[in-house]
Amino acid sequence: MNRNRENPEVNAGSMADIAFLLLIFFLVTATIQTDVGLDRKLPPKETIPPPPVNERNIFRLSLNKNDELFVEDGIMELEDLKIAAMAFLDNGGVPKGNENHCGYCKGTGSPDASDNPVKAVISFNSDREASYGMYVSVQDALTAAYNELRNRESQRLYGKNYVDMEESYYSDDMSHEEKMALQREIETIRDMFPMKLSEAETISKLN
Amino acid sequence: MKSIRNSKKAQPAISTAALPDIVFILLFFFMTVTTIKSETLLVDNNLPQANQVKKLEKKDRVIEIYVGRPNQDLAKVLGSEPRIQLNNKIAHINEVGPYVLQELAQKPDAIRNLVTVSLKIDKEVNVGVVSDIKEELRKVNLLKVNYTVFQGNSQVGKL
Repeated sequence: MNRNRENPEVNAGSMADIAFLLLIFFLVTATIQTDVGLDRKLPPKETIPPPPVNERNIFRLSLNKNDELFVEDGIMELEDLKIAAMAFLDNGGVPKGNENHCGYCKGTGSPDASDNPVKAVISFNSDREASYGMYVSVQDALTAAYNELRNRESQRLYGKNYVDMEESYYSDDMSHEEKMALQREIETIRDMFPMKLSEAETISKLN
Repeated sequence: MKSIRNSKKAQPAISTAALPDIVFILLFFFMTVTTIKSETLLVDNNLPQANQVKKLEKKDRVIEIYVGRPNQDLAKVLGSEPRIQLNNKIAHINEVGPYVLQELAQKPDAIRNLVTVSLKIDKEVNVGVVSDIKEELRKVNLLKVNYTVFQGNSQVGKL
């Protein structure tokens, strides 16, 4: 009698199990995928040939079909490329007093490396048979060299990392004024170490 | 009721009625944030690794180009030379320019000059194919590219 009067309650205990199963299914199958990569800007199709550059301001890199890396005139391991590129860019070969003198460079001032980071060009030629994996590794090492130098200067001037500055610039949570200030700082650093990466044949000026 | 009256020590059972609701909220959260791959890959796409990466933030400003060897089912028909995949079909290098322009035309005016081309290229592909694609992109004046990679320490392609 007692039992008949009450509405029988639907057992909802297993509902949680079903929902969990669905949840786990989605967790396993779906990947939160944000693509990451190296940004590059291709040179526009232009008719004017680029001005010739002094040979000492060119850092020549090439990749042959066996994925071997040649820097200037010798084989180099990929691990050493970042250091070599930094030494080249940060050289500061112009002596003090000259208008092209690089005040913030900490390099050795070697006569074979660049005058000034603003003038330095990295020329990267790759054989058509070389693998894309190696190509990206070289690009990565060069980016690392630039980022480290830029980080150093932005630490000195603004007390923060260049990479962090760029990241916070692209995330939108700041006011317009802050964003403009940050943009100016980023541009200052970029002007100190502009990324000049050429994949075309770079012609050197004969001295 | 009976049990409570009988033993004071026994604690009332915790109601689990709200548990399904919580789980459903979690479920909906995951369903909304995750992106389900819209394109089926016809080519192998084992991206290289790099660590100096930047995020490709907004999906609507990206045009994707895949390159790699045809996958196992297609290898019988297409052979093992690297192929370019544009929007669910295998394409020839000449089709890259028109495809990119057509994709660009579908984007709203305001973001057209912010569009980046994401190159998703298998690490075993030869650089020659990549430079051909870049040449095509230069012809149509789309200059922002992104070499899309997996984040990690770059392992040199010692095969």
